[in-house]
Amino acid sequence: MASSDVARQPDKGARPLSLAGHVGFDSLPDQLVNKSICQGFCFNILCIGETGIGKSTLMDTLFNTNFENFESSHFEPQVKLRAQTYDLQESNVRLRLTVVNTVGFGDQMNKQESYQPVVDYIDRQFESYLQEELKIKRSLHNYHDSRVHACLYFISPSGHSLKSLDLVTMKKLDSKVNIIPVIAKADTISKSELHKFKIKIMSELVSNGVQIYQFPLDDETVAKVNTTMNGHLPFAVVGSTEEVSVGNKMVKARQYPWGVVQVENENHCDFVKLREMLICVNMEDLREQTHTRHYELYRRCKLEEMGFKDTGPECKPVSLQQTYEAKRQEFLVELQKREDEMRQMFVQRVKEKESELKEAERDLQGRFEQLKRLHADEKAALEEKKRLLDDDQSSFSKRRAAAQLLQAQSLTANGKKDKDRKKTNSLKIDA
Amino acid sequence: HTITLPKPEISGPGLQMSLIRGTDLFGYIGIEAVLDQMRSKTMKAGFEFNIMVVGQSGLGKSTLVNTLFKSKVSRKSCTPNYEEKISKTVKLQTVSHVIEENGVKMKLTVIDTPGFGDQINNDNCWEPIVKYVNEQYEKYLREELHINRKRVIPDSRVHCCIYFLPATGHRLRPIDVEFMKRLGKIVSIVPVIAKADTLTIEERQEFKERIRQDLVDNGIHVYPQKEYDEDPEERILNNSIRESIPFAVVGTDKEHQVNGNKVLGRKTNWGIIEVENVAHCEFANLRDLLIRSHLQDLKDVTHNIHYETYRVRRLNESNMNFSEPGPLTMSVF
Repeated sequence: MASSDVARQPDKGARPLSLAGHVGFDSLPDQLVNKSICQGFCFNILCIGETGIGKSTLMDTLFNTNFENFESSHFEPQVKLRAQTYDLQESNVRLRLTVVNTVGFGDQMNKQESYQPVVDYIDRQFESYLQEELKIKRSLHNYHDSRVHACLYFISPSGHSLKSLDLVTMKKLDSKVNIIPVIAKADTISKSELHKFKIKIMSELVSNGVQIYQFPLDDETVAKVNTTMNGHLPFAVVGSTEEVSVGNKMVKARQYPWGVVQVENENHCDFVKLREMLICVNMEDLREQTHTRHYELYRRCKLEEMGFKDTGPECKPVSLQQTYEAKRQEFLVELQKREDEMRQMFVQRVKEKESELKEAERDLQGRFEQLKRLHADEKAALEEKKRLLDDDQSSFSKRRAAAQLLQAQSLTANGKKDKDRKKTNSLKIDA
Repeated sequence: HTITLPKPEISGPGLQMSLIRGTDLFGYIGIEAVLDQMRSKTMKAGFEFNIMVVGQSGLGKSTLVNTLFKSKVSRKSCTPNYEEKISKTVKLQTVSHVIEENGVKMKLTVIDTPGFGDQINNDNCWEPIVKYVNEQYEKYLREELHINRKRVIPDSRVHCCIYFLPATGHRLRPIDVEFMKRLGKIVSIVPVIAKADTLTIEERQEFKERIRQDLVDNGIHVYPQKEYDEDPEERILNNSIRESIPFAVVGTDKEHQVNGNKVLGRKTNWGIIEVENVAHCEFANLRDLLIRSHLQDLKDVTHNIHYETYRVRRLNESNMNFSEPGPLTMSVF
């Protein structure tokens, strides 16, 4: 038979080779991009911030549209999340955008558990992806990716420092999602205060060990702009969907008696920087980081929690399947044991019931016998009576027959009518 | 154009979803910049492509691969002291190169199958090949199932298998049918008519029609498979490809002067066969299909369909049997 042998070149890496002409695989990135265009993109943003801080307005401004927005009350008993999905299209790019807003964040008296619903939501999306990935029959390339790619954390423009709620929440989230902190309603802070505020925030984040998203520096084309932007964090933003005329143009702005704050003016706020960074430059990187870093971390923790390991007790590689099989066997054995126990218990009960029923049967049998005897006795008595009656009847009929015979004899013996008649009469009377 | 749903209630803790389509954008945002981002990321990461060539010796496999990639990528060209000899068994040998074009880096691996179809008794000569293909799937699966996974799982799966048919002009031979039937289920096969300069245009057409008929009669699905067309546009494109396969190719690495231009060609006493001239042979069509238009698709079909099929079978199998069977038992079917 034919045997198989695979010989590889000794060096693991491949040797570089020069081409003698145009081959054409430089169209590969385009081929890949075209496929992605056909499939469409998913992008999911989570906005965390207190009620009324401007989350929905900022989203509207960022995506130049009017999402359906509901004003929330300040009296929510606990923090909830509201997710809304939209299909946007720009030229030939289709984007499935999901915006998740917190509802009631920071409104409760006791805010100790405020971060929990957010963490739970993020974990649920990872879990859902993990489930799909672990399925036997799966369709990952059709899967609607709902994992959170970017988290905008809205900081109140107090001008002083971060609130402890902010620090606690961000610390809980920094290993699960890409956090981009923004200073909301930045038009309430003056330029000098803003500068000090930003420095204070960043130093607090560093000293508390909160890892926010750093714009990537490894790609030369964007390294320069990303480095500059990293220095401007957190972005101080102003959101507005209303248009005000400035000069001869209509721009998005907020009109005050003392002036007009233009959203897209870089001197007024960092909105343009945010849009640049979030969408135009780093959207793909945000998605990649979510998948290769945050999701992998979640997956690893989850699987280790469930008892799966890469290496067995003797540090021999153990495959996921083996562990899964071992657990399955365990489970089956457990199941079998329980089944046996149940069966035994059932048999026991049946036995008990059976003996009870036997008792009852015996009782009934006894009673039946008794009644039967009684009945037999009565029947015998009745038979006796009947016999007597029959006897009586038969003796009576004998006597009657005899009497009739006698009468007939006396009629034939004496021919005297009178005597006969007398006799007959007296016989008649007698009979 | 905005279709809005009735106002959703916030019920219970957690979340609710609403779907609004066709939201009007009131201005340019810059979403399409994501395409460039994707492009630059993939260019930085580079691509991998693994191509297998199968056919009897002397059909011009190495030459064709060299011509396709315009460099000496075949095993023959880069093994020192290469001796042409018929091996007694089918041994698979791989050779990898990194080639770059306009900033796009590709790690190309060519898997050669010397000895295939060369013996007197060729029974089951496809088995080592089937085993190899499944082994690569197994390797990838193992990596994918690790708890601590690599950021990028190295991909050694066979993306494309070029099967060389000798230009007999008649029909498919039993070895062709057997091979393509088995391999067609686990890998994308691209059949080509090798050394097609021995066929006239009419002979070539008839030969191709008979081959296509034989493929249909034997239930063999070659690339591009009809079932995997994703949308009507793709179907139209792929239908025109399906009507012209298998491509009749001629390979060479020599250049000659024709009409003042340097062209790749084979020089004979009766003329020069221009390899890249579509009037002479279909090499350019093959190259365009494999490299310029469907390379990514070949990888996608391998990943999304062939690999997933293997994975489903494998995971179902180990559910029934604790001791893991390996690619060995999977290969015999």
